[in-house]
Amino acid sequence: MAGICVVAHALDGTLGRSSLELVGAARALDAGLGLGMAAALLGHGSHLAEATDVLQHHGVTAIYRVDHPLLTAGQTDAALAALESIFQRAAPQVVLVSADTVGRELAPRLAHRMAAALVTEAVELGVEDGVITARRQVYGGRAIATLVVTKRPAVLSVKPRALDVPEPKPATATIEDVAVAIDAGALPTRVREVLREQADVGLEDAQIVIGGGRGMGGPDGFKLLEELAALLDGAVGASRPPADAGWVPISWQIGQTGKTIRPALYIAVGISGATQHIAGASGARTIVAINHDPEAPIFSMAHLGIAGDYREVVPALIAKVKELKGR
Amino acid sequence: MDIIVCLKQVVDPELPVRDFAIDPSTKRQVRDGRPLVISTYDENALEVALQLKDAGGARVTALTLGPQSALGDAVRLALAMGADEAVVVDDPRGPDLLGIEKVGILAAAVRRVGRFDLVLCGCESADWVERAVPPLLAEAIGAACVTFATRVEAADGGLLVRRMADDGFHQVEARLPAVVAIASDEGNRPRLPKVKDIVAAKRKPVQTWPVGDLGVPSVGEGALGVEVREVVVPQRTARCEFVEGEPAEQASALLRRLQDLKLL
Ligand SMILES: Cc1cc2nc3c(=O)[nH]c(=O)nc-3n(C[C@H](O)[C@H](O)[C@H](O)COP(=O)(O)OP(=O)(O)OC[C@H]3O[C@@H](n4cnc5c(N)ncnc54)[C@H](O)[C@@H]3O)c2cc1C
Ligand SMILES: Nc1ncnc2c1ncn2[C@@H]1O[C@H](COP(=O)(O)O)[C@@H](O)[C@H]1O
Repeated sequence: MAGICVVAHALDGTLGRSSLELVGAARALDAGLGLGMAAALLGHGSHLAEATDVLQHHGVTAIYRVDHPLLTAGQTDAALAALESIFQRAAPQVVLVSADTVGRELAPRLAHRMAAALVTEAVELGVEDGVITARRQVYGGRAIATLVVTKRPAVLSVKPRALDVPEPKPATATIEDVAVAIDAGALPTRVREVLREQADVGLEDAQIVIGGGRGMGGPDGFKLLEELAALLDGAVGASRPPADAGWVPISWQIGQTGKTIRPALYIAVGISGATQHIAGASGARTIVAINHDPEAPIFSMAHLGIAGDYREVVPALIAKVKELKGR
Repeated sequence: MDIIVCLKQVVDPELPVRDFAIDPSTKRQVRDGRPLVISTYDENALEVALQLKDAGGARVTALTLGPQSALGDAVRLALAMGADEAVVVDDPRGPDLLGIEKVGILAAAVRRVGRFDLVLCGCESADWVERAVPPLLAEAIGAACVTFATRVEAADGGLLVRRMADDGFHQVEARLPAVVAIASDEGNRPRLPKVKDIVAAKRKPVQTWPVGDLGVPSVGEGALGVEVREVVVPQRTARCEFVEGEPAEQASALLRRLQDLKLL
């Protein structure tokens, strides 16, 4: 196998965007290391053909594909078994995994089984003098660590949405279908049920995100944010306290533990600006803060600010946006 | 059920940014004079253990790896919350070790505790945020693994675990023994110990094991394969432009600015 292997998966049905982010990272690493790159593609059924095309369209020239009925949402143990089978045939030197729901369990376990070096949650990868470097956020986003990977094999997990999807680079791949026997009865975990929370606009893909914090005071405040977001075709997110309190679904949480967003515009309402929150929102091109405390740390990160009570400011915004849009 | 909860002690992660500094010699956060606390989600993990104990009976052991001299408060809090006993693995380098370096030590400590069905961890340490120890530990002790779990129930001789997913939740069945890493939610907010619990905690057993006694060979630098080259504090450069006036004026002015910036 080529020296760099991207773990691409369609466990949730389609090839996730984060798999393509890894392809971009692998292309850049390959330019510096010259090891060649391949993808291990995991999933089940008809989606795999489509995923194969998308990978080729983005420059992948070798694909090891496993189609198995257990390779569905959240099935880390099945994914681990499939990867072990692939890597037994051809051992890669560098494995890239997306730190998504499955990947954050998978990467350290794979590293342990391969006796590999491990870097988790990288937000940037590079090559210096033939050596891989990785950067990641530490101390709640207060600092950035640079790690040097001095050993092979190495397993590197990359934070979803930290990297861009690369430009298409159509290629034709050699495709090897790898037959894997996975004994369902032997797997230590099994996903019994997948519960999806409806959202009109996905938080991570929205160009405009409105985040509410503890300052919203309860679930009712979020109704106002939803009204404003609907007018702007945006999505609503939250800091941790509203998610912890059950005012909003946990999947709305933005930040170190929550989601990473990279919208054109992030409007933070009733959020103080803790580094752990901003860690997930610093990729926003423009940050607007609405907070009644003019000394709140959020104003040292925002580009535009309104010092005021959201209960006055947000309704005023809703009214003006309606005027603007003629609704 | 026998439950081990892995607790890491960290500098209070919510201290103001001005109290944060990196020691260039260790490439880690300066700890001197800063308040030390149990890492945020480890308290949620302990709460989950105590709820399982309340529901069906369990023996809960708190396990922490770090410099013994500094661990007093964390261990006492865990016992006051309701852990039955505590084990301190005394290693002065504890706070600086990477996941791959410490997993062998934690695994040896878990084996020496002996009885365990479930090992609970936090989903990420509040300082280094590696998210590595729970899956590594699961491999090292041959246990099932689920991370970013918010709820855990005993079911059919195993566990039913609610795991956060990108767009909702997964209900995951796990066999025992298992390592489960806990994220916060409304159902696992850490309990506050009462005065009588704090008093009772003083009589609970605490064992201290010097790391050398566990007989774990230290991971050499080459075998580790990762070096921390530098840890830097980025400078923030944004300058906030305040929009003034009455709410209606602020709203109009903000929208105008956003239109200028082609954001609307
Ligand atoms: C390991 C770890 C991981 C974490 N992960 C995350 C994470 O993923 N995401 C996250 O968000 N946090 C995270 N945190 C928590 C983080 O440190 C902060 O505690 C949290 O972000 C604070 O949320 P907040 O700003 O909503 O609340 P607060 O800090 O309480 O701020 C509320 C703000 O609302 C303002 N306000 C109040 N009323 C009004 C009003 N009527 N109008 C306008 N403004 C008002 C106040 O002035 C205040 O500034 C994490 C912490 C740790 C230790
Ligand atoms: N030194 C330690 N002592 C005890 N538990 C630890 C230690 N370091 C990490 N852990 C556990 O592993 C979890 C994840 O840590 P990390 O892999 O650093 O993000 C923590 O929340 C703890 O439960």
